[in-house]
Amino acid sequence: MNYIWFFLIFISIVTAAFTGRIDAVVSAILDGAQKSVEIALYLAGIMAFWLGIMRIAEKSGMVEFIAKLLTPVARRLFPEIPDGSPAVGDIAMNFTANAFGLSNAATPMGLKAMEELQKINKDKNSASNAMCTLLAMNTAGFQLVPATVIAVLASFGAKNPTEIVLPALIVTTIAFLSALVIVKILEKLTPPQKENGGEEC
Amino acid sequence: MLKTAINAISLWMIPVIILVVLIWGLVKKVPVYETFVDGAKDGLRVSVNILPYLVAIIVAVSMLRASGAIELVQNAFSGVFEALKIPADILPVMIVRSLSGSAVLGLLSDIVQNFGPDSYPAKLAAVIVGSSETTFYVLAVYFGSVGIKKFRHALLTGILADCAGIIAAVAVSRWLFL
Repeated sequence: MNYIWFFLIFISIVTAAFTGRIDAVVSAILDGAQKSVEIALYLAGIMAFWLGIMRIAEKSGMVEFIAKLLTPVARRLFPEIPDGSPAVGDIAMNFTANAFGLSNAATPMGLKAMEELQKINKDKNSASNAMCTLLAMNTAGFQLVPATVIAVLASFGAKNPTEIVLPALIVTTIAFLSALVIVKILEKLTPPQKENGGEEC
Repeated sequence: MLKTAINAISLWMIPVIILVVLIWGLVKKVPVYETFVDGAKDGLRVSVNILPYLVAIIVAVSMLRASGAIELVQNAFSGVFEALKIPADILPVMIVRSLSGSAVLGLLSDIVQNFGPDSYPAKLAAVIVGSSETTFYVLAVYFGSVGIKKFRHALLTGILADCAGIIAAVAVSRWLFL
């Protein structure tokens, strides 16, 4: 990110020198900074509302309830996890919290699941198949309602900012399912982990 | 017909989720008002945390746009983008979305401001951002937390799934919004 950011600014100043638009670039700095604050303020309102509603879903046990429903599916996806391990429940909670946009609750659950998976991992330095599947679920990032994106559209006065809700849901579902398919295919193609490899280092 | 239905579901989804959550909360005897206020504080924290990132990205991209550099790139690759019906401004969104959630929000804001909130580029960017997760950040946090050094097939899975997501986003947006 450091280099990307530097290059954005470097290229704009160099290009401006050639195109003679340095005055426009300077005023873009001021406008951009002001606009950022406006967006953040708008975001504050919508995010506060959405996270407030989602906190109720969390406290009322609704998130947990949905996670319970999903546990059998999670068990199928993670055949390596032994029965009775709390990892499956954590994974289901992690997924459900992510789906509700509760990333503050989802990440600790996910990290707890990673710890459990590390306990049963053969090689503590390399990722087990179960870990890769969990990461696939998280990097694909299934989300029901993209609250921040709606906030940005609304802050610029979109006529119908929630218009993108279902399209985004369709896309996030496709991406999530393809992540699961891809991870299971790559699992077969990737060389297996070494037994107890890395224990000595 | 299908498009009208999709619009209606989009519009109704948020109110329905809110209603279900509130009714569930009341049935479970959760103090919904206090819990809401408690959760809403998080929203303020999120937006304050995100502000420095927004300033960094929006200022940099505004400068880039004002300098004329984006037009130059656009002209150079206009054939490719036109054929795919993807506005050239979307390209940075596709790349940055896997790197930084706050930065991509800045890019999205820039596109929405530049093309207007009801334009096709704005909606396409919104769908791309709204359906994505910052793959590299997630990999770093999850594997870092347990000291895994070899990611094996997790990295490639993340990248391929991101590509699948982008293709799906373009296809769905073209169908619905163009």
